[in-house]
Amino acid sequence: MLGAECPKPCKGKWPTPPFDPRFPNQNQTRNCYQNFLDYHRCIKTMNRRGKSTQPCEYYFRVYHSLCPISWVQRWKEQIKDGTFAGKI
Amino acid sequence: MAYPMQLGFQDATSPIMEELLHFHDHTLMIVFLISSLVLYIISLMLTTKLTHTSTMNAQEVETIWTILPAIILILIALPSLRILYMMDEINNPSLTVKTMGHQWYWSYEYTDYEDLSFDSYMIPTSELKPGELRLLEVDNRVVLPMEMTIRMLVSSEDVLHSWAVPSLGLKTDAIPGRLNQTTLMSSRPGLYYGQCSEICGSNHSFMPIVLELVPLKYFEKWSASML
Repeated sequence: MLGAECPKPCKGKWPTPPFDPRFPNQNQTRNCYQNFLDYHRCIKTMNRRGKSTQPCEYYFRVYHSLCPISWVQRWKEQIKDGTFAGKI
Repeated sequence: MAYPMQLGFQDATSPIMEELLHFHDHTLMIVFLISSLVLYIISLMLTTKLTHTSTMNAQEVETIWTILPAIILILIALPSLRILYMMDEINNPSLTVKTMGHQWYWSYEYTDYEDLSFDSYMIPTSELKPGELRLLEVDNRVVLPMEMTIRMLVSSEDVLHSWAVPSLGLKTDAIPGRLNQTTLMSSRPGLYYGQCSEICGSNHSFMPIVLELVPLKYFEKWSASML
C-alpha cells in the first residue's frame, strides 16, 4: 500500500463516509473515483513537500468504504503499470 | 417472505415500505371505485329498452367528468410525490455495504473497518434442509444490524443484475461500471428474502438475496467471526 495509510486496526472512530453534497444522487461512481484520485494526489503532494500524509487518511477511508474491492485492485495494478487513466 | 397464493405485498419491514403499502391501498381503492362505477354504468346501458336519439346539451356533466378526474389524479399524485421525496431524504448512514452481482451469485463487501468480503450462492434444492425455502436460501446470508441506516452500494462485475428485497421496498439495478446507492433501514429483526430482478443469463432465477437483520451486538460478533 502506498503512503501512510491508516494502519490496521485503525485508531479513532470512523463510522462510514458522510453524505457528500457534491454527489447527492443515486449514482455514487464519481464519489468513489474522486476520493481515490484525491487520496493519491494528496499523498503525492505531501510526499513532494516532505509533510506528513496523515490528512490524506480521510480520502483513504472514504474510497476504501465506497469503492468495490475489485475496482481498487484494478486501478492499483494500472497505477503500477503506468496505464491508469486518471491524472495523479 | 412470499407465501403460496399471495395476493398483496409482503409485510413491510421498513418505514418507506409501510408508506408504499398505504399508498398502494389508497390508489387501488380509487381504481376499484372507478372500475366498478364504469362497469355498473355499462351494465345499465346494456340492460335498457329505452333509447334517446336527439342531440343534447351536456355542459354540466362534461364539466363534472373533467374536473373530478383531475381532482382524483391530484389525490393520487400528492401522496406519490411525498413518498418519492421521502425516499430521497438525506440520512446519515452508520454503515456502508457493497454488493456486486456476478453470474450467478452475489458478493458482499463490508470495508468500513477491515476488509470483509464473501460470496453468497443459492443452496441447490437437493441440499436443502427440512423447512428451508426452495430457490431462496443461500449459503452466506447478509448479516446487518437492525434499526440502523445502512448505505447499500450496488454494482456488477459482468452483466446487468438487480438487487431486490421486496419487504424492505428495495430494488436497485446492478450495472457494471456504475455504483448505485440505496438506503436500507429495517424496523425489526428477521430474515428477508429477495431475488435477482434483471435477466442475466441461464441462472438468473437462482441467485437469491437473504438479509439477516440482527441487533448490533450480534452483528459485531458476526463480523468479527467472519474476518
